[in-house]
Amino acid sequence: MSIRVQNIIKQFGSFVALDDVTLDFPTGKLVGLLGPSGCGKTTLLRIIAGLESADRGQVFLDGADASNAHVRERQVGFVFQHYALFRHMTVFDNVAFGLRVKPRGQRPAESVIHSRVRELLDLVQLSALARRYPTQLSGGQRQRIALARALAVEPRVLLLDEPFGALDAKVRKELRRWLRKLHDVLHITSIFVTHDQEEALEVSDRVVLMNHGRVEQVGAPQEVYEQPASPFVYSFLGAVNLFHGRIQDHHLHVSEGRLPVGHNGFQPGAEALGFVRPHELDIETDPAATAGIAARVERVLAFGPTLTNGQRVRLKPARIRLFAPESQPAGSLIGMDGDGI
Amino acid sequence: MGAAVATPWTARARRFEENVATREPAWVKGVLITIALAFFGLFLLLPLMTVFAEAFRKGWQVYFAALVEPDALSAIALTLLVAAIAVPLNLVFGVAAAWAIAKFDFRGKQLLTTLIDLPFSVSPVIAGLMFVLLFGMQGWFGPWLMAHDVKIIFAVPGLVLATIFVTFPFVARELIPLMEAQGREEEEAAIVLGASGWQTFWRVTLPNVKWGLLYGVILCNARAMGEFGAVSVVSGHIRGRTNTLPLQVEILYNEYNFAAAFAVASLLALLALLTLVIKSLVEWRGRQPLNAGEESQGVPA
Amino acid sequence: MSAGQSRRVLPGFPLALGYTLVYLALIVLIPLGAVFLKSATLSWEQFWTVISAPRVLASYRVSFGVSLLAAAINAVFGLIFAWVLVRYSFPGKRIVDALVDLPFALPTAVAGIALTAIYAGNGWLGQWLEPLGLKVAFTPLGILVALTFIGLPFVVRTVQPVLEDLDTELEEAAASLGADRWQTFQRVLLPVLLPALLTGFALAFARAVGEYGSVIFIAGNVPMVSEITPLLIITKLEQYDYVGATAIAVVMLVVSFVLLFLINGLQLWANRSRART
Repeated sequence: MSIRVQNIIKQFGSFVALDDVTLDFPTGKLVGLLGPSGCGKTTLLRIIAGLESADRGQVFLDGADASNAHVRERQVGFVFQHYALFRHMTVFDNVAFGLRVKPRGQRPAESVIHSRVRELLDLVQLSALARRYPTQLSGGQRQRIALARALAVEPRVLLLDEPFGALDAKVRKELRRWLRKLHDVLHITSIFVTHDQEEALEVSDRVVLMNHGRVEQVGAPQEVYEQPASPFVYSFLGAVNLFHGRIQDHHLHVSEGRLPVGHNGFQPGAEALGFVRPHELDIETDPAATAGIAARVERVLAFGPTLTNGQRVRLKPARIRLFAPESQPAGSLIGMDGDGI
Repeated sequence: MGAAVATPWTARARRFEENVATREPAWVKGVLITIALAFFGLFLLLPLMTVFAEAFRKGWQVYFAALVEPDALSAIALTLLVAAIAVPLNLVFGVAAAWAIAKFDFRGKQLLTTLIDLPFSVSPVIAGLMFVLLFGMQGWFGPWLMAHDVKIIFAVPGLVLATIFVTFPFVARELIPLMEAQGREEEEAAIVLGASGWQTFWRVTLPNVKWGLLYGVILCNARAMGEFGAVSVVSGHIRGRTNTLPLQVEILYNEYNFAAAFAVASLLALLALLTLVIKSLVEWRGRQPLNAGEESQGVPA
Repeated sequence: MSAGQSRRVLPGFPLALGYTLVYLALIVLIPLGAVFLKSATLSWEQFWTVISAPRVLASYRVSFGVSLLAAAINAVFGLIFAWVLVRYSFPGKRIVDALVDLPFALPTAVAGIALTAIYAGNGWLGQWLEPLGLKVAFTPLGILVALTFIGLPFVVRTVQPVLEDLDTELEEAAASLGADRWQTFQRVLLPVLLPALLTGFALAFARAVGEYGSVIFIAGNVPMVSEITPLLIITKLEQYDYVGATAIAVVMLVVSFVLLFLINGLQLWANRSRART
């Protein structure tokens, strides 16, 4: 089922949580809503679910205006950030809840409920824990039970609020791969909210970047990473180095050095900000031989998430991250250059 | 884990006793325990024991005779009746107030919470006085009530009203912090899963607060049955008609019928002990699921 | 109410709040209002004459003075009590802990006659104390005993949870910096416990000021000496002096509301400093 939100505005007192947001969520895709905390992503998710109502704007589910539909009628599955498992019910009863509270006419027989819950517990690989209580589960297990519970009512869309937020680093990596696989099996239209760029880029089919209640960019993970549409996206996604300078002769002049600029259309002499990914900077061991920026290696950090055959260095005058092909000892002078930033 | 389940209590004190940084010299500990136990004995244990000792001073026969005496029996019946009306009313109010305050945001919430606590800070004597001013013969509604032959003051309705007032906050005050601490997510989850308002309340909210609710009801009941000052003002002390158990105690005592006064008092003391036992059980039960959770946090995914 | 809130996800808000407000108005606000309205039938001078009569002034002295003293005793012993319950293990601790709430649960009239029986001239303790020249029952000292009894749980039950939540790290840090136990208590623990201790003190005081049942049996109720203010209200009522009773009630209510306000502030402070630690 497709989801469309149109011109959504939401304020809490004087705080603008959502400022005229229009977005399409295509059928069967897993979309990540990414942004810093307070950017409005959770509010948007809750408005889509019907847990919050917008001050203005509409929500369309499958093309039909659902803005005034009660959350009960929207047939959405919602996974809460802290799971909101019913603590006085067993895992089994938690998953069965949505089926058992259906109006008498639509309520499946208890035997049907039983087999359906079993199926779901198999799906999330927790059949063995059916009789446990939520407090007896680990965070990752609770998360999966919350998902099974949401799926039990066969929702038309699945909404997940910071699904891995409360988990430790190792579990969240496992679980997000698992979620991706699960989505490939179920193909249910899903939206999940996260503030973790790595998570959004790894799991989603599409990423929506939000900041200050506005949508900054929408696109496939690779697209938003490689062609950031705004300085915010550039600095929010991935490691980036920032150079303040002035444009002259297709170069960004930074103090005594300069970096070539790929784009045209800058006014000569204009003040500009250069965003450079670490891997886009070439390292020259002889600073005198390069037209780029001279720097001194101040500290070498021999670790990093994507470090394979390079190293992270901290340089004077600014803290700059780059990947040096060969080891550069601290204190050595280097030059940096790029081919069009 | 087994030890922790068996004696969470002593285990908690051990934490301090076994830590060099948090324990005192043995003599300090001894002195403090002695002071605390002396205070306990003097102010809590001794009065409690006195009630029973005085009640049985003249033997079992006198004791039971005092309890089956018609005035005593009617006092018991009246006390039960008053509690049976006041407690459920305050229960319904407490649940409604807690639902509104804990699950929703609105302006004036803090003020409302304070107002609910108000009866606790009003002297019971003034609680009685208020209703006399409203419904007494010289009160605002007095002439009207008299004309329609309705008696509130010096009659059962007055006792009920005064009792409702003094026990007003008990349930609400127990439930509000509990329901606030539990947040709204579970209810929201239930609604998203298709549950109706009542289903959400009965199946999610209520089971989560049942021990706190029970606790509030027990305290409310103990106070309702034991209230003295407020009912004393509105009762008129008509024997066999408007005397609750505490008032019966007073009458017997003022007649120097000490054995009978303490016999009736012992019933109320038993009620108090029962209340404390249930309270301890509730606290112990209420703590259980939390403990279970804390102990098995480490289960790997 | 803003438009965004008009459609709430959880149901029942108008019903719950409406019921709460109506019930609150009927049981609490209107009756309390009646007291103030009634007192307004007096002119200011009449009102002043009633509430400043010598016998009434003496009753304030007894009620407030003894209540203050009782609350202070409870603050000291309640703190020790809470400390012992949290920090030490000893046989029978569970029973001791459960019985702390006895003054909440035991009807005040029962407490009153029991304390009188203990401290009367022929009572269990009275027979030993009176030869020493210490008359407890039927004197202000008896009132002190009764008010200490009913105020006891307030301090213990407000301080106890704070003590339980206290991390041992705080004291370990103090010890590692060279502080001895007394210094640690004085400079590290007491400041942390102070908000709760004051809250308990204020609660015990507020309860004691309005207390009636446990006091009247043991007080002797001698005008100008051991007559508490609530008893004076009842005395006036029994003489059909409704206006006089109401005027004194207004004084007590105003004091109660000020105390309630103070306690609310203290609790806010206590919660905030608890959140900080």
